[in-house]
Amino acid sequence: MTNAARIKLLTTIEHSLDNGQQVISLANDEDPLALKNRIDNIERIELHFPHFTDGRAYSQAYLIRRRLGFKGDLRATGDVLIDQLIQMERTGFSSAVLKEGVDPADAQRQFERFPAFYQGDAVREAPLFKAISA
Amino acid sequence: MYQYTEFDKAFVRSRAAQFRDQIERWESGKLSEDEFRPLRLQNGWYVQRHAPMLRVAVPYGELSSAQIRVLARVAREYDEPEADVYRLASDAQRKLGTAHLPTHHAHFTTRTNVQFNWIPLSKAADVMELLASVNMHGIQTSGNCIRNISCDERAGVAPDEIADPRPFAEIMRQWTTLHPEFAFLPRKFKIAITGATEDRAATDWHDVGLHLLRNDAGELGFRVSVGGGMGRTPVIGTVLREFLPWRQIMNYIEAVVRVYNRYGRRDNKYKARIKILVKAEGQRYIDEVEEEFRQIVEHDGGPHTIAQAELDRVGASFVTPQLGRQAPRDGTMALAVLNAQAAQHPMFARWLQRNVALHKDPSMRIVTLSFKRRLQAPGDASAEQLDLVAELTDRFSAGEARVTHTQNLVLPWVHADDLFELWEAARAAGLASANVRLLTDMIACPGGDFCALANARSIPIAEAVTERYQDLDELDDIGEIDLHISGCINSCGHHHSGHIGILGVDKDGQEWYQVTLGGSDGSATGGTAQPGKVIGPSFSVSQVPDVIEAVLSTYLDLRKDVGARSELFIETLRRVGLDPFKAAANCVRTTAENIA
Repeated sequence: MTNAARIKLLTTIEHSLDNGQQVISLANDEDPLALKNRIDNIERIELHFPHFTDGRAYSQAYLIRRRLGFKGDLRATGDVLIDQLIQMERTGFSSAVLKEGVDPADAQRQFERFPAFYQGDAVREAPLFKAISA
Repeated sequence: MYQYTEFDKAFVRSRAAQFRDQIERWESGKLSEDEFRPLRLQNGWYVQRHAPMLRVAVPYGELSSAQIRVLARVAREYDEPEADVYRLASDAQRKLGTAHLPTHHAHFTTRTNVQFNWIPLSKAADVMELLASVNMHGIQTSGNCIRNISCDERAGVAPDEIADPRPFAEIMRQWTTLHPEFAFLPRKFKIAITGATEDRAATDWHDVGLHLLRNDAGELGFRVSVGGGMGRTPVIGTVLREFLPWRQIMNYIEAVVRVYNRYGRRDNKYKARIKILVKAEGQRYIDEVEEEFRQIVEHDGGPHTIAQAELDRVGASFVTPQLGRQAPRDGTMALAVLNAQAAQHPMFARWLQRNVALHKDPSMRIVTLSFKRRLQAPGDASAEQLDLVAELTDRFSAGEARVTHTQNLVLPWVHADDLFELWEAARAAGLASANVRLLTDMIACPGGDFCALANARSIPIAEAVTERYQDLDELDDIGEIDLHISGCINSCGHHHSGHIGILGVDKDGQEWYQVTLGGSDGSATGGTAQPGKVIGPSFSVSQVPDVIEAVLSTYLDLRKDVGARSELFIETLRRVGLDPFKAAANCVRTTAENIA
C-alpha cells in the first residue's frame, strides 16, 4: 500500500529557497542520456512540464533513474498537477513543486488511492505479476 | 473470459473513486476546466455536440452477460438528457433534417467500445461505480494515451487460428493500464492483435499491429508493425519485426512507445500520431527503437519479459466453457436436422449462410448478431435489446459475447443444435438481419447527429442505403463489400479502409460527402490494407445514395466470373481501375445539376 508520499512536495517559495550546489535543469526536448559522464556529480536535476499534458519529462525521468542510475534529487517543475504526482513518483521523481493555492490535503490523498499498479516502474522494478509469483 | 482477480477489481474501484474525487474538485473550482478535461477524457468522458458522452472500455471486445445487463441498465436509467438539453439538441438537429434523436441507447464503436450519448455529467460518478460493479470502466478510452486494445472477434474459436491472442491482449491491457510514463503521449495510441491467418482486426491500420505466428522452428512470436493509422493522413503500418519472440512483446512495445513519447511531434496535433514520426524518420526511428529495446533487455533486465507462468495464469481464464447441454446430436444427424430446418425456412437458410461461421469445434458455430437494420443506426442498441442480448448470450453462448469492429456482436459459443432456436429469438429481437459483410452491414460513426467533431451527419447516409437495399436477393447478388462512413476526417467510421468510403466534409456550413473507392482493411476479401482513392469533388447528402447505386451498377455490368463465382466488387475495381466508376458517379453529379 502506498500510504504516504515518498515524493517530497514543495511550495514555490520552498523551491526558490532550495539552492543546491550542483543543480541541472533540463528542457523536456533535451537528451537526458547526455548527462551520463557527470551524473555522479549532480545533486539535483530539474525536469520541466511546460504544460501538464506534455509527457516527455516522464520518459526523461525514467531514463535518468533507470538508465543512468541517478541517486540525487529529481524534481518536477512547471505545470505540476496533483493528479500526476503518482505518475511522477513512479517514473522516478523525488520532489515536485506544487502550484500556488494547492491544498496539501488534496495532494496527499492522491497517494492513498491505488493498492498497487500493474507495471514495474522506476521505484519498483518488477511488474505486479512477478511480485505475486515470486 | 478473463476472470478478474481481487486486485483487478479493487483497481477498477480505486479508479472510480479517484474520478469521483476529480469531479468534486472540478465542481468546487479546485480543478480548472482545462485541468479537468484531460482527466475526464482518460476516464471516457467527452463533452459532445449536445451533451456529455461516455465511452466504456470493452477490453479486446469481450463482454459477459452480466456486463451486458449493466450496460442495459445504464442505457435505461441514465442515458436520458435533461428536458432542455434534449429540446435544444432536437431543435438543432431538426434544422439539419434529423427527425429523431434516440435516447436510452448504447452504441458499439469501431474500437469495440460502448458509448452513451446522453448521461448528464452530474451522474458520471454514480455510473462509473455501477460499471465498476461488473469490472467495467472508461479507463483510457480517450486522451493521448494507449487506448483499448482491439482483437480478432473470433479469438479462441476460429478454425484458422495459430494461437489465441486474448491472453496476450489481457497482459497488454494490464501493462497499458495507468502506465505512469505513457499517459500523456503526443497523441492517442491504438494497438490491435490477431492470432489467425485471416486479419479480422484491421491490424495494419493501427499504431501497433500484432500478428501471432510461428517461425520455422515452430516457436510462437509476433509480426510487429508500427505507424499505421487513419485520420488526415492514412498510412499503413511499417513492419519493424517479422518475428519477435512472444516473451519480449511488452519490452518491445515499451521501446516503441518511449521513442515515440520522446520524439513524436507535439506542435501540430495533425502531425502528432506515431505514423508521422515513422514516415519522417524512417530507418532512424527503427534504429532508435531497436537500440532502446536492447537497453531495456540488457541494461534494465527486461522487467516486463512475460514469464511462462504468467502466460499460463492469464491463459487459464480463457478456457472453453462447459456448456452443460444434454447429449448433443451426432454429426450426421445434426447436419440433417439443420438442412431440414433450412429447407423449410428460407430466411433461416440465408442467416446460416451469412451470419454463422465455422468454429474450431466442429459441433459449435460462431454467430453474428447484426446491428444493421432499418430504423436504428449502425451499432445502436436500445436498453431492451441489450437485455435480450444478455439473455441470448446466457442461453446460447455460455454467457459470453464479443463486440466486432464492424459494430455487431458475435456469440462465440453456439452449439449447432441450437442455431434454429437462436435464430428465432434473435429475429424476434430484430437482430437477425442476414446481411453480415454485405452492403447494409456498413460501418458508420455517430457523425453530426451527436459528435462535436463531425462535419456532416453519417446516420442519414446509412439510413438511406439501408432503405434502398432491403431486397436480400439484390444484396446477395452485389455480394461482400465494405461500405464505411465517417462524419469527419478523424475517421472513426474507417472510411479510408472501405471498398466504398464516404467522408463528411463541410463546405460553407453545408454537409457534403467525399467518396473514395478501393480501400481495404487488410482482410482476405479486400486484399492488402490500403486507403481508398477519392473520385472527384464531393456530393450532396441526397446524391450519395445515387452515387453508391451508380457505382454498384457499374460493378454489376463489368464483373466477370472467376471459377464458379462472380468477382467481388473490390476485385472488379482492382481489375478495371477507377475510371468507369468515376464516370458513373459523375453522371449523378451532372444529372443533379441539369435538374437544378
